[in-house]
Amino acid sequence: MPFGSEILGGILVGLGMAITLLYESQISGASGYAAASLRPSPTGRAELYFVAGLVLAGLIWRFAGGHLSDADESHLGLPAWILAGLLVGFGARLGGGCTSGHGVCGLGRLSHRSLAAVLIFMAFAFLTAAVMRIYL
Amino acid sequence: MRQGVYLASGLIFGLGLAISQMVDPLKVKSFLALGTPDWNPALMFVLGSAAPTYYLAFLYLNRRQKSFDGKPFPHPTPRPIDKKLVAGSVLFGIGWGIAGVCPGPALFHLAYLDEQFFLFIVMMVLGFELQRKLI
Repeated sequence: MPFGSEILGGILVGLGMAITLLYESQISGASGYAAASLRPSPTGRAELYFVAGLVLAGLIWRFAGGHLSDADESHLGLPAWILAGLLVGFGARLGGGCTSGHGVCGLGRLSHRSLAAVLIFMAFAFLTAAVMRIYL
Repeated sequence: MRQGVYLASGLIFGLGLAISQMVDPLKVKSFLALGTPDWNPALMFVLGSAAPTYYLAFLYLNRRQKSFDGKPFPHPTPRPIDKKLVAGSVLFGIGWGIAGVCPGPALFHLAYLDEQFFLFIVMMVLGFELQRKLI
C-alpha cells in the first residue's frame, strides 16, 4: 500500500495524543509536555513521563535496528542546529503549539487557531527550506 | 496510574513517529522541498491519518462528556487568531525549515545521543525559558 507506513504511523501518533485526552481531557502536544516537564508540578510531573515514553520509543527503535538517517547526513553546521532549536522552542511556546499540538490535537479538534498556525508554520518552513536550497 | 498513562502516550506517539519516519530529518526535508523533483508528500499522509484519529477520540469524549478520570469535556473556547499565535508560528516554521526537526522527533533522538540533536534540544529548552521570561 503506498504510504502505508506513514498512515499506520500517523494513526499511532494520533492515538498516542488521544490517550491523555481520553484519560483526563488533557490537550497538549510534544512541546507543551516538554516545557511542562521542566517545571515543578503539584500533580507528580506526569509530563516528564510522556517525555520518558518518547525517549523509550527511541531506545526501542534504536536497539531493534529501525531505520533512521544519521544527523551528519543533514550536512548542517552546528550554528544551524543551534538556531533551529532556539527558534523551534521559542516559536512553539509563543504560538501555543508545535506540529503535534496544533497539527494533530488542534486540527483534530477542528480549531481554527490551530489551522491558522499550521498553515503559517508550513508556509514559512517551505520558504526557509527553499531559501536554504538556493543560498547554501 | 497517571504516570503510566503519560508514559504509554509518549511511547505510542514516539513509535508512530518512528514508523512514519517523521523522526528522520531527511524525510521531513524532502516534504519541505516543495516544487523540486525530490518532493515527497509523506508528511501529509501522517498528519492526514493522525488528526482524524484524534478527531474520533474527541468525538467519543464529547459523547461521554467526562474523561475516564472524571474531568469535564474540554469545550473549545473561541479565541482570536492573535499576534502571538502568528509570530510564534512564523518563528517555529523557520526553525523547523532549517533542520527539519520539531519537538517530538527531537526528544526521540535523545535515545541516539547525537551531538547535533543534543544541541538542538538544549537550545529548544532555552527557547521555552526565554519565551516564558520575556513574553
